[in-house]
Amino acid sequence: MSLSRWVIVVSELTFEDVTVRFGTRGHATTAADGVHLTVPHGSIVGLVGESGSGKSTLARAAVGLVPVSGGRILLDGQPIDHRARRLQMVFQDPHSALDPRMTIGESIAEALPRRARDRRDRVAALLDLVGLPAECARQYPAQLSGGQRQRVGLARALAGEPDVIIADEITSALDVSIQGTVLNLVRDLQRRMRLSMLFISHNLAVVRYVSDFIAVMYHGRIVEHGPADQVLADPQDPYTRELLAAAADPAGQLDLGETSDTTPAHR
Amino acid sequence: MKRILRTPLGLSAAVLLLAVLVLAVIAPLVWTDQANAVDTAQISRGSTAEHWMGTDNLGRDVFLRVLVATGLSVRLALLATAIGVLAGLVLGAVPVVLGRRAGRVVTAVVNIAVAFPALLLALFFAVVIGPGTTGSLLAIGFATAPGFARLVQTLVAKVAGLDYVAAARVAGAGRIRLLVRHILPNVAEPLVINATMAAGAALLAFAGLSFLGLGVQPPEYDWGRLLGEGLQGIYLRPAAAIAPGVAVVVAGLAFHLFGEALSKGFTRHTAPVKLRRTEAASAVPTDDDAVLVVEDLRVAFPGVTPVRGVSFTVGQGEAVGIVGESGSGKSLTALAVARLIEHPGQVDAQRLTFQGRDLRNGDDRVHRRLLGTSLAMVFQDPMTSLNPAMRIGRQLAEVAEQHQGASRKQAWQRAVDRLRAVRIPDPERRARQYPHEFSGGMRQRAMIGMGLMGKPALIIADEPTTALDVTVQRQVLRLLRTIRAADGAALLLISHDITVVSQVCDRVLVMYAGRVVEDLPADELHTAARHPYTRALLAAVPDMTTDRDLPLAVIPGRPVDAAQVPTGCAYAPRCPLATERCVTAHPPLETDNGRRVACWHADVPVQVGDRGE
Repeated sequence: MSLSRWVIVVSELTFEDVTVRFGTRGHATTAADGVHLTVPHGSIVGLVGESGSGKSTLARAAVGLVPVSGGRILLDGQPIDHRARRLQMVFQDPHSALDPRMTIGESIAEALPRRARDRRDRVAALLDLVGLPAECARQYPAQLSGGQRQRVGLARALAGEPDVIIADEITSALDVSIQGTVLNLVRDLQRRMRLSMLFISHNLAVVRYVSDFIAVMYHGRIVEHGPADQVLADPQDPYTRELLAAAADPAGQLDLGETSDTTPAHR
Repeated sequence: MKRILRTPLGLSAAVLLLAVLVLAVIAPLVWTDQANAVDTAQISRGSTAEHWMGTDNLGRDVFLRVLVATGLSVRLALLATAIGVLAGLVLGAVPVVLGRRAGRVVTAVVNIAVAFPALLLALFFAVVIGPGTTGSLLAIGFATAPGFARLVQTLVAKVAGLDYVAAARVAGAGRIRLLVRHILPNVAEPLVINATMAAGAALLAFAGLSFLGLGVQPPEYDWGRLLGEGLQGIYLRPAAAIAPGVAVVVAGLAFHLFGEALSKGFTRHTAPVKLRRTEAASAVPTDDDAVLVVEDLRVAFPGVTPVRGVSFTVGQGEAVGIVGESGSGKSLTALAVARLIEHPGQVDAQRLTFQGRDLRNGDDRVHRRLLGTSLAMVFQDPMTSLNPAMRIGRQLAEVAEQHQGASRKQAWQRAVDRLRAVRIPDPERRARQYPHEFSGGMRQRAMIGMGLMGKPALIIADEPTTALDVTVQRQVLRLLRTIRAADGAALLLISHDITVVSQVCDRVLVMYAGRVVEDLPADELHTAARHPYTRALLAAVPDMTTDRDLPLAVIPGRPVDAAQVPTGCAYAPRCPLATERCVTAHPPLETDNGRRVACWHADVPVQVGDRGE
């Protein structure tokens, strides 16, 4: 199957001062607070941060699952029309991200553009692209392992021929021996197809491995972003430094202020 | 369906329901003329050989009339249910299609309708629409609808929040498609069950309305009308009232029992939970030095044995880590040690001693006290292991009251003291707070604090930091380390993260498919691991020094299914070193210089993991 038909026109995703609030006025919580972020043409931007820092909210806002309270999300300088499906998302939990009553083939075919012909061939080609046998199309999600399901998730995202893919913690529910195969696939697809991707994870080592750029999110704000090498080698923000230290040495001796649960930065 | 028919309840309910339905079709075709035959010679007779249930005031056979009435009664009940279910489906599913604002209006309407009792609604509709078959049909149908609509709403709301529905939305599926293709098929089972039960209820309601004279009007007749007629002469001819009464009960039961059987069949029920004690194999002299001695531990559930002969020892103050993937049996091993495996799980061991005490036999209460005071257990999710409705301090204090017989005040003071020991800031104030007021890291510390209420000799921590952020994780791990230093407690740390385990523990056990495959000192993990699985695991996890230009090493294949463990080495299908011998014979766990490894090809140099894929 030739790859050329899957080559995707590269695009730039931009978050301009994006704010997302939940709840009504009195009890509103701000999940994302004035976020500026750009996913440049054909590159992977890794977004790290602790749980509750607003990473997933940002992802869901980009694909239109969560309404934006302020700011704009632009694709090539234009506001996103969600019906055009130029953004696709891969979800965290491979067990709940596929309809248990639909075969793999049906799930993927659903995401194909409506005008698409020879749908069965395209499903087979997509499965091949993510390293799954074509027979998978007839199987149900329950018959696949977590890693295989996550590959299906990627195939479904690619089926819509998106300009940008958003991957939300796609390896955190997988076993360590499986995680590597999915990360390799992401890297491989990106190199072959020059995808633009926003890769979200709480695991800095994983983000470091796949990303060209790294953005660090803390309490709903982007506290640091830049080329991966630069952020890793010369972190400017105290939270980034702490994240780096913890990733390099999970049980390290560094004293973090013994009585405090949250970090001293940005309070 | 097969599963339903296999139970006695399911089988008898199905047979009963089938009989009622067949009768409903056949009886009106066969016996209508006989049932309507007026016989002036036999007016108002009691039971005779010719007329089993006697005759009515026109001399018609009551038994035959009851049989024929099955047709109308069942048909009306099913029709009314269909109306109710359809109206309920529309009302319940419409919020998904209409969107937020219009959906809210529909929900409010349903909420109000649900507040009225169904029978009241039915009577109301019957009076408004007017007595008669059509009237009562609509009345009962509409009365069923609100309850059904509410059920649909609840189920739909649950499924609509799942990722696959979000994924379909992102993929561009329209609202109607979402509803028909993704949501309704996944809520169908409970709806079918409830519809079956609703049919039973509709049957009873119809009988009630007809009995009151609001339902079926003469010359048509259903069971309710027959009952009403029979009741007039109940002292003279009881059979005429009993026959339709029995018919209503039997048919109603058939629907309800079948619904019950369906729900049992759809949700696979597990046996009631009960702690089970395994029989002692023999009295083995115990080792006083070690805190915990486990020998040939097996944990079995019906059909699977996830832990298949695990042996290890935890010395005084020693930190032992167990690593493995999901399904390797690491957590079950920990639960078995803490005696938390519940029925139908079964624990067997050659030896299982905690502080020199044999846990396999003896008084259960004594064991519980021993484990309650000397063993601390920390689970993965601190939110679900703390009672959300109880103050943190109270929960800790309860341990001291239960196991140490402390007074309420002493226990509270000890709780505050322990919260201070796990570095909770301002412990007096924090002890009066509820779990939701604590952050994830603080809850986990509170859990550890609860373990420290006694004087634990061993802390078992099952994935204690998996739910926590990396910056918080290191604080919790550091706390565990400090406590060990201060109290001299031993630690059994279970984790999937080999890096965490190697940094916190003295010794690491690597588990695969329910067995220990390697046991070695933690500081030699990166340099002297001998089992190919251990080596592959170390290579597969990216860290901050992984070369970004090379693909990650991966372990081909997938983890072993506990229900189908191969003979021989369980890792053989994924192992680059595997030979004929590995497939046929299981390698024993050989001890060598304090280290253990179970592999026929340990130490064979290999480029572990296959790069690429």
